[in-house]
Amino acid sequence: MATLKVSSSVPSPSEDAEQLKTAFEGWGTNEDLIISILAHRSAEQRTLIRQTYHEVFGEDLLKSLDKELSSDFERAILLWTLEPGERDALLANEATKRWTSSNQVLMEVACTRTSTQLLHARQAYHARFKKSIEEDVAHHTTGDFRKLLVSLVSSYRYEGDEVNMTLAKQEAKLIHERIKDKHYSDEEVIRILSTRSKAQINATFNRYQDDHGEEILKSLEEGYGDDKFLELLRSTIQCLTRPELYFVDVLRSAINKIGTNEGALTRIVTTRAEIDLKVIGEEYQRRNSIPLEKAITKDTRGDYEKMLVALLGEDDA
Amino acid sequence: MAHTLDLEGITKAISGMGVEEGALISTLGNSHKDHRKLFRRASKSFFVEDEERAFEKCHDHFVKHLKIEFSRFTNAVVMWSMHPWERDARLVKKALKKGDEAYNLIVEVSCTRSSEDLLGARKAYHSLFDQSMEEDIASHVHGSQRKLLVGLVSAYRYEGKEVKESSAKSDAKILAEAVASSGEGAIENDEVVRILSTRSKLHLEHLYKHFNQIQGSDLLGGVSESSLINEALLCLLKPSVYFSKILNASLNKDADKGTKKWLTRVFVTRADHGDMKEIAEEYNQLYGEPLAQTIQEKIKGNYRDFLLTLLSKSN
Repeated sequence: MATLKVSSSVPSPSEDAEQLKTAFEGWGTNEDLIISILAHRSAEQRTLIRQTYHEVFGEDLLKSLDKELSSDFERAILLWTLEPGERDALLANEATKRWTSSNQVLMEVACTRTSTQLLHARQAYHARFKKSIEEDVAHHTTGDFRKLLVSLVSSYRYEGDEVNMTLAKQEAKLIHERIKDKHYSDEEVIRILSTRSKAQINATFNRYQDDHGEEILKSLEEGYGDDKFLELLRSTIQCLTRPELYFVDVLRSAINKIGTNEGALTRIVTTRAEIDLKVIGEEYQRRNSIPLEKAITKDTRGDYEKMLVALLGEDDA
Repeated sequence: MAHTLDLEGITKAISGMGVEEGALISTLGNSHKDHRKLFRRASKSFFVEDEERAFEKCHDHFVKHLKIEFSRFTNAVVMWSMHPWERDARLVKKALKKGDEAYNLIVEVSCTRSSEDLLGARKAYHSLFDQSMEEDIASHVHGSQRKLLVGLVSAYRYEGKEVKESSAKSDAKILAEAVASSGEGAIENDEVVRILSTRSKLHLEHLYKHFNQIQGSDLLGGVSESSLINEALLCLLKPSVYFSKILNASLNKDADKGTKKWLTRVFVTRADHGDMKEIAEEYNQLYGEPLAQTIQEKIKGNYRDFLLTLLSKSN
């Protein structure tokens, strides 16, 4: 469930655009005003505001924000204001660049979005980067990582609930055999994870647990540590079956590090606020005995903190 | 009674591709039973004489042949009426069922459609078969071709005008090396699969130029031992040539049953796609005869008229 709070009657996009312009006027910036508007609008509304701002003031709202804001807060506003498909395209593109490269982010975008959302990301990628997402991912990864990631970003999974139990049994067995032999990057494993529907994958791993008395993620804990591919594989499975738990894990390590990993924190809050941040928050509290909002406010400050809190639906606006 | 039997006319009406429906009505339909006996006696490939019992038995082959030839028009109509996405989804499904020899169809569908149309076919696949196209292919194809085929159908290629020349050049070198060093294994080579299944068609056209310069040989001259790779390259770079070749093969009198069906597929899918005119021009260049003329001469009846209509619609 989403945490985004939007009131039932919002000002028109041109009123919002005017207000945002005033937030940039004069010395310093009125970040509170920016938060009070943008953090309480849906994706469609934000897109309209961005369009209107451009029509009225002749400049991309994001450029204005870029000029006026700095670092973590700006990043949060930037990601938040982008339309979800474009946001995912941006995240994916950054993840292929040398200094910001991240196989984890690529996997996350590919596996925690619906087929339609992933498709929008691929379309936005064409428009913005003049290339396909898969060609960039392929070009910037090698070996097993390439095999897995290109397949994941190219998938267009069937989204129905139909499940083939015989197939689930077969594929659970197959996966078990490969894992036993530590063939984590086996083609069949990658095939199953990157082409089967999420319903089918869930059925397969439930069957796995029934047949072998242990959860797949537990089976993959051995040999952990230095095997980066195994780590990625494990996260892939988690994203496909229990995404909220994956996000809780990432948030926990992002917040509890000495020095917060703002990148991950911003990314998760902005990409999930309209999807399932509520469920993630509940799970977070269950596992860490502290509400997510509290953990965040303990570790962040200023406008950045205010923005995150607003997206969590916990501010007073 | 009175009419003599136009034996030659009837035989001609049912030989070749399609059936001359009108001629059959006027000759066979009009024929006296003695005429038909003559016909049966003369058609040794369709009827066999049971001398003991003094009658001419019908070969299975006769019925089968008529079924196939009569149904060409039907199939063309069905295919033409279908939404292009459903058409392509069903083609891929059929190819998977047929196995190895039909995988070229998967290459054809994935490489000669626009990004949106290929995507549409994948959506239709969800709807028709409750599965994704890539998962079906991945679970049915076990050999070395799997990587390439799954890669090709999963592509959502960029279709704009921008190209990074240096990337195209380096990819050309990589492709040259990979093909030279892997021989038969080229189809599984990660770099080959990457280049063929992710790059935009424009990028590949630039790559083509560079390749030919570097290697001094034609990338489309059968560069690989793998026919699927060669086919993918031809489909991606010169679809008109590819389709002309397919048409020529289907119109050959020695073509087998499956190959003959290609004729309908090419006409129906490309008339919709919009490059039938280019294909006809290419065909003329390659084989020295206008496509329309070949169709006129070799095909019969409603089927012929339908194909010619699709062709003229495109001009």
